[in-house]
Amino acid sequence: MKAKHQRLILALAALVAIIGAGLLAVSALKDEAAYFYAPADVKAKGVEPGKAIRLGGMVVGGSLKRAADGVTIRFDVTDGKATVPAMFSGIAPDLFKEGSGVVAEGSFDAKGTFIATNLLAKHDERYMPRELEGMNYNASTHEMKAEQ
Amino acid sequence: MIAETGLAALWLAAALALLQLFLAFAGLKGGKPDLLVAVRPAAVAQGVLTAIAFALLITLFLRSDMSVLLVATNSHSMKPWLYKFAGTWGNHEGSMLLWVTVMGVAGAAVALFERALRRDTHMATLGGQAAISLGFYAFLLFSSNPFARIDPAPADGQGLNPLLQDPGLAFHPPTLYLGYVGLSVAFSFAIGALLTRQVDAAFARAMRPWVLGAWVLLTLGITAGSYWAYYELGWGGWWFWDPVENASLMPWLAATALLHSVTVLATRDALRAWTVMLAVIAFSMSMVGTFLVRSGILTSVHAFAVDPTRGSFILVLLALYIGGALALFGWRIGSVREGAPFELVSRETMLVANNLLLSVILGVVLIGTLYPLMTEAFGHKVSVGAPYFDRIAGPLALALMVVLAAGPLTRWRRDRAAAVCKRLLIPAAIAILLFVSLSLLAWGRIGLLPFLGLIVAVSVGAASIAPLWKRNLLRTPLFTWGMVIAHLGCAVSLAGMACDSAFTVEKLVAARPGDTIQTAGWTLRFARIVPIAGDNWTALQADMRVDRGGAPVMIHPQSRFFASPPTTTSEAALLTRWNGQLYVVLGEEVEGGRWQIRIWWKPFVTLIWLGGVMIALGGALALVGRERRGWLLKWRARRAAA
Amino acid sequence: MRTIWIWLPLGLFLAFVGLFASGLFKPDDRVIHSRLVGQPLPAFTLPAAASDRPALASSDLATGKPRLLNIFASWCVPCAAEAPQLMALKQAGVAIDAIAIRDARPDVDGFLRRYGNPYARIGLDARSGVQIALGSSGVPETFVIDGRGRIAYQHIGDIRADDVPMLLARLRDAQ
Repeated sequence: MKAKHQRLILALAALVAIIGAGLLAVSALKDEAAYFYAPADVKAKGVEPGKAIRLGGMVVGGSLKRAADGVTIRFDVTDGKATVPAMFSGIAPDLFKEGSGVVAEGSFDAKGTFIATNLLAKHDERYMPRELEGMNYNASTHEMKAEQ
Repeated sequence: MIAETGLAALWLAAALALLQLFLAFAGLKGGKPDLLVAVRPAAVAQGVLTAIAFALLITLFLRSDMSVLLVATNSHSMKPWLYKFAGTWGNHEGSMLLWVTVMGVAGAAVALFERALRRDTHMATLGGQAAISLGFYAFLLFSSNPFARIDPAPADGQGLNPLLQDPGLAFHPPTLYLGYVGLSVAFSFAIGALLTRQVDAAFARAMRPWVLGAWVLLTLGITAGSYWAYYELGWGGWWFWDPVENASLMPWLAATALLHSVTVLATRDALRAWTVMLAVIAFSMSMVGTFLVRSGILTSVHAFAVDPTRGSFILVLLALYIGGALALFGWRIGSVREGAPFELVSRETMLVANNLLLSVILGVVLIGTLYPLMTEAFGHKVSVGAPYFDRIAGPLALALMVVLAAGPLTRWRRDRAAAVCKRLLIPAAIAILLFVSLSLLAWGRIGLLPFLGLIVAVSVGAASIAPLWKRNLLRTPLFTWGMVIAHLGCAVSLAGMACDSAFTVEKLVAARPGDTIQTAGWTLRFARIVPIAGDNWTALQADMRVDRGGAPVMIHPQSRFFASPPTTTSEAALLTRWNGQLYVVLGEEVEGGRWQIRIWWKPFVTLIWLGGVMIALGGALALVGRERRGWLLKWRARRAAA
Repeated sequence: MRTIWIWLPLGLFLAFVGLFASGLFKPDDRVIHSRLVGQPLPAFTLPAAASDRPALASSDLATGKPRLLNIFASWCVPCAAEAPQLMALKQAGVAIDAIAIRDARPDVDGFLRRYGNPYARIGLDARSGVQIALGSSGVPETFVIDGRGRIAYQHIGDIRADDVPMLLARLRDAQ
């Protein structure tokens, strides 16, 4: 075989691989990407049971109930407009409590309960300091000034 | 005084970088070749100054100097000294200082130790390194000054994220950074080679040790990071496809491809343009990763300071450096001659296939990581998690492993397909045997990917030691040993991953002290809960006696409470046996005096990290082997001349 | 053909830069906004958080004049950063009340001594109950309350110097 043919075959293989991978990626993204919903979106648009999504909102105060097995919990998630019941089996993260913000990964069952497979509580209760860097605080004038 | 000295050292280093860039440019293009004499001393001085600045910041942290803002916001006088030390780079400013330090020291190393490169390319490379460093100096000095003071000084600091108080964290980010930023050397080499149009085998041989060194450290850093996430997060997983993890994986994929293509260029003078391209992409991925992590445009569990102004600064640097390098590539590569041709069945083709697959994996990881950003531009919020990455990257990685088995058994330039197949006979037989026996034993009980993973791991493991077949092991060159060990490491790691996903047994219970739990052949007797106190935390600790027929062992999973800032973390208890790990997490107390306990038995999971260490070790052996051979050859030549 | 391949990476990269820039500069809506904007404040009564300031109840906020309600904590760094802006607002004649989140009285006293005390009343929300009822998800946050005790605006994060005129305008609009 001549060098030119070699090159052509290699280039074709590369092209096929890249296009194939691209198509695969797009189809997989369609199936696997989890959309983010607030309870109000769930009520308005509806989510088909079994579809993997992320549900975000606040845990309603007083809604947290633990099942007899000690490891399953039920709670309601709200965004102020709508409320959705949710269930989770496992060790909840430390920052997860009634009234805290929560993002739950999982899907709805046929009865409309959100079955969470993973709970992501808000990781840090502080907002990050944005403009504190390079600043000096003056106690007498109560002004923050950039350091010279 | 210490902080001011550090700041002065940084400014001086920045000025030197500017001078170095100017000297290299004037020397090469401005017709003043005399000026080139000063380029190397400038690079060395820059390295020394950045190292001094970093050492001074460490001193400030160790002395808990709360008049420095960074120390006050990230440290605490009550913290154990190791975490004060690690706190130096456990925050944005400190880690960016580490970044420029590595960059400065790497530049100094290139100035001092690089002997193989043609002089003009060497100087252009040092000019390139100075140009990149300059941007990061500006970033540090104008938007992330680590030495800023706070007045009045607070009585004590704000602590450090307790999740980050861990010995693993003292060492894995610096290692990762050495690798990340070490790739800047390859980037500068590519710039230098494009400027002087020297893209040939000699250039590749000069670049290879630097790529290898950075790659070894990157591999170690990722391995350590994965183990850290595994035991510290208490979720039982070892890779979460989190943006921060992807940010370290993407440079690694590019560097791995570069490592193989640079070998093709060094040995056979082929793949010229492609190798230069990869050298540019590898460090670009380091910068893109840093941008994604630091700008906060992607949400992640490991989030650093989220700050759009810093994000825009890094974005400008990105656009300048990557865009500039790619433009230079487009402008100059047309004048680089085509490399040597090769036959379809040859080592070269195998390495091209390796590069192609690695690039495709890099592409799908990049798309998956950025997809939330793309859809958000159209108003949809999505997250892309493990299901996507496993489904796409898994099969591609398996294909890559097959190429890995065949590559070293194929000859350079030209080989016969039949001969290659013959050499692969034993691994293929092992694969078929395993397929049949696994199908009979466990069909339908384990997923397709782990099923194939097990088969591929064992047969590729056999194939990867085949290059040593019938050779005198003592006379086999060190770099061949390196390749064999690194490839075997890939198989070992894959075996660990497949075993973990195929055979892990998980149990979640709520138990009272005194209860006995049975799972996966283990018996756990939950003795009691005791409160204990550490240096800056208190904890509730469960005492459990575990055994599987032999002598019982005590394990102690904890739920820790940190005072500053107030946070609770769970410390998993790990029990390592030759055939796996028992992983126990203590949850919270529930009604009836019961405690939530989560137990995993993970057969052979440790192979994942053992494989990672083997890969790094293989790289290190290859590096030493190549360098030693270079010295020996030079020494012999000198003796022959004498 | 070769030319296309040579310049393709640069083109792709520029597209990515565009994407990054759009991600960086579009308004960030990852924080959970209060659904209570335009609604009356939830009723609450909190004990005093500082030794020299009275306690705070929701009824204290409906005084016929717009006020600011600042959610802060002594352990929060950005709250210290926004202190000068709050002092400036107070100097401009704005009435400011505050809720201290998960805090203790000595800590709040120390914080106010160091960073200044612009507050008329400070309530202590030891378990974040009121914070959640307000739909606030972190500290610091600042609410503009109109004269009838309704939430007119929610400011998330620290108040920067350039936010001050905007807050003054919001207060004027809430008249």
